[in-house]
This record gives sequence, structure tokens and C-alpha cells, in this order.
Amino acid sequence: MNSQSPISNLQSPLGIARAITQVERGGENTRQLIRALFPFTGRAHIVGVTGAPGTGKSTLVNALAKELHARAKRVAIIAVDPSSPFSGGAILGDRFRMQDLAGTGIFIRSMASRGQLGGLAAAVADALLILDAANFELILVETVGAGQGEVEIARHAHTTLVVEAPGLGDDIQAIKAGILEIADILVVNKADREGANAAAAALEMNLNLNPNKAAWRPPVLKTIALTFEGVNKVVDAIMKHAAYLDEKQLRVPRERARFDRELRGLLERELLERTLRRVTPARWDEWLRQITQRQRDPYSVAQEILDS
Amino acid sequence: MSDTPIRVLVAKPGLDGHDRGAKVVARALRDAGMEVIYTGIRQTPEMIAEAAVQEDVDVVGLSILSGAHLELFPRVTELLKAKGKDDVLLVAGGIVPDEDIPRLNALGFAGVFGPGTNTHDLVKFVQEKMAEQRIKDKD
Ligand SMILES: Nc1nc2c(ncn2[C@@H]2O[C@H](COP(=O)(O)OP(=O)(O)OP(=O)(O)O)[C@@H](O)[C@H]2O)c(=O)[nH]1
Ligand SMILES: [Mg+2]
Repeated sequence: MNSQSPISNLQSPLGIARAITQVERGGENTRQLIRALFPFTGRAHIVGVTGAPGTGKSTLVNALAKELHARAKRVAIIAVDPSSPFSGGAILGDRFRMQDLAGTGIFIRSMASRGQLGGLAAAVADALLILDAANFELILVETVGAGQGEVEIARHAHTTLVVEAPGLGDDIQAIKAGILEIADILVVNKADREGANAAAAALEMNLNLNPNKAAWRPPVLKTIALTFEGVNKVVDAIMKHAAYLDEKQLRVPRERARFDRELRGLLERELLERTLRRVTPARWDEWLRQITQRQRDPYSVAQEILDS
Repeated sequence: MSDTPIRVLVAKPGLDGHDRGAKVVARALRDAGMEVIYTGIRQTPEMIAEAAVQEDVDVVGLSILSGAHLELFPRVTELLKAKGKDDVLLVAGGIVPDEDIPRLNALGFAGVFGPGTNTHDLVKFVQEKMAEQRIKDKD
């Protein structure tokens, strides 16, 4: 990074890209960067796109971004894929589905989950701050909806899309994975396939069963992302949800909840690091030996470390 | 930070068909702990340069079969330079006639790997070059 102010570095795609690389690394440089940028954030509308593998999230993001671009919005995309637990490497293939966006000025960044999910959430959150400070109005974040970590990232979004597709077995994946609750908009993609109507009906029924009668009822929308069919309606729904958040003054409470979690997460990691710094590897090994041999229990060892 | 994964863009410029070789390479790099942004076939030089910038990759790997590399590759390096992204390690793979290798080297392609290449050698090449570069960056 050069010596110019961090915010002026964000005027070029190269500067934005390098800033994201920085926050993926973490450490003191990242803290300084975020500190400098933070006053310039808070304007972007963040849209989370999640759902089971292969439901067409990337194809849909491509179509949504194209449509938003046509409506003169400045759009950026973060696409998260899991790292291999064996090698730590990853194949980041989402961009492959977003070729229509080349040359439009839409900024696309692929991120790997890099080990622990808490860490991922932090890196994605920081990348979102960078894109926000870089003046993107709408940021689409694609994550694979399989586990808790992905749900965590979706919580950074103002509007969350859960993408479903027929033909993944009889189950409605979103219901099974317990991620229906986080949806502001439900999309049944691959509507050209058999079973799309049934999937949509199952989702509607589930919404009817939901005792939580909030003022916003998630619409269930059918799309064929490959041909852009129905995508316009999804964009309309995103805009409508954004207006709803403004009208009901829900942005501030959402942000509070988000930063509440973020602050706690930061403290957790920082306190853990500081605590571990006081412990030599040899002592750590010795404690583990004592615990596995049942001479000590984990609670009392943890207490000893905290008291030391 | 040596433990930051190496990021590689794997792309296949030109109009010719399949990308089996590129996929094998992508997997080998992944298995060696790298993050591989895979953009597939029919990439224009503009698309490749744009992706390299946005993804802030350390390495750009281009696969070729068509023989169009002598037109396409200079355009890629030109665009990378114009965008300020000229610090990347450039690697070419696929079908390259021996007599073209010096020209590719002159363009900045540090490694040129023919069709018979063991992916192991390719992985090792990238790892060694990146280790050198990261030591240099620290000075
Ligand atoms: N028939 C049909 N196929 C689609 C549609 N949308 C996407 N696909 C196909 O579904 C496959 C998966 O699409 P992706 O967009 O990569 O799905 P994804 O959810 O991003 O996948 P992961 O990121 O791997 O979880 C591809 O072969 C797409 O071409 C659609 O509307 N109809
Ligand atoms: Mg995807």
C-alpha cells in the first residue's frame, strides 16, 4: 500500500483489491486501515445471497448485478467459497458464472473461508467496510448456506436472499438447514425445472406456520437465473425491503445487533490471543498431558491460565 | 506473511473448446494450499486483466491450445501493466511450440509448461518463485 490516505487509495480497483488483501491478513495494519476508513462507511446496502450448493446463487448474483447496474446502481460482489480442510487451498469458482459483468465496473472479489469461520466473518465484514467506503451502493455477498458460519455472514446483510432450487431431493433445503428464518426474500431458482411450484408452495406454507407475524413477510419469487426470467422482480423486492427498513427505521437496530456481535467477536479473539501469549508451548503441552491422563480437568486448567 | 495462501488466477484465453488441462492444474494448486480463482474458457485479455486486478492475485496462469498465444498474451501483459498490476508471476501452460518459448519469456512469462508437464513440477515452480518474491518484498 502506498503512503497516500487510505480513502484515496480506494479510488482505483487496484487500491480496493489491495485493501481487501490487507484485511484478509488481519493484524495491526488492518486495524489501522479500518480505523481510517470507518467514518466513510454506513451508506452501502448489503444483500446476502445464501442457499444450498448448486442452487444457482452465482448465476443469480450475476443476473441481479446486471439488472442493478442497468438501474444505475454502483454494485460490488463478494463471493465466499470454503477452503479445503486438508490443504487449506480453495477453488473459487463463483466468478466463472459472472462473466456477463466483465467490463461493467462491477467489482467482484472471491474469498476463501480460510479455516475458522469466526475469522472468515471478520474478513468478510472488513471487506464489506472497504467496498462501502469505496462508494459502492449495493454489495451482494454470496455464501454457501450449510452451517452456522454462513448464517453469521448473512447477518451482516441488510437484506438476505435464501435461494432454493427444485430437484435437490424432496426436502426443502432451507427448511432443513434452518436458514429460512434469516430470509427476507425467498427465491426458487431453476423455475424451468419440474418441482419449482411445489417448492414455492412448501415455502409459502412454512411462512404461514411461522408464528412470528412481523410486518415484513418474505416474498417467495421464482426465477430462471440463466435467462434472467423473474430477476427483475427480485430486484424490485430488494428495493422494497430497503425502503421498508428505512420506513420502519430498522436500519439502526439491525446495525446495533451487527456491531454488538462484531465487538464481541473481536474481544473474544483478542482476549484469547492475549491469554495464549502468556502461555509457553511447553506448559500448554504439559496441561494437555495432565488433562488427558485425568490428573486435572479442563475447567481448573482454564481457571489457572486466567488467574496467572 | 508466509502463511497467507498464494492466490492464483487460472484462465483460458481464446476461443478453443475444452478446459480439462486447466481444471487439473487448478486442482493441483488447490491441493498444494493455494487459492485458485477459476474463470474458465473464452476469456478475453480484458477479462483476465480485470480479474487479476480485482482478485489481487499473486500468479496468473494462462492455458493455451489454439496457437493464438502470440497475439493474446502480449495483450494480457500490456493490460496488466496499464492497470498497475505488473507484479504478478506469469505462467503459461498448454501447447507451446519450443521456438515460441523465448518470446513468452521475454514477455514476462517466467514459466512455460508444455502438455507433458507433471503438475507437481508446476506447483513446485510457483511455490519457489513466490517464496523468492516474498523474501524480496520483506527487504
Ligand atoms: N436449469 C437451470 N439451471 C440453472 C439456473 N440457474 C443456474 N443454473 C445452473 O445450475 C448450476 C449451478 O449454478 P451456480 O450459479 O454455480 O450455483 P451456486 O449456488 O452458486 O453453486 P455453489 O457456489 O457451488 O454453491 C450451473 O450449471 C448453472 O448453469 C436456472 O435458472 N435454471
Ligand atoms: Mg456459487
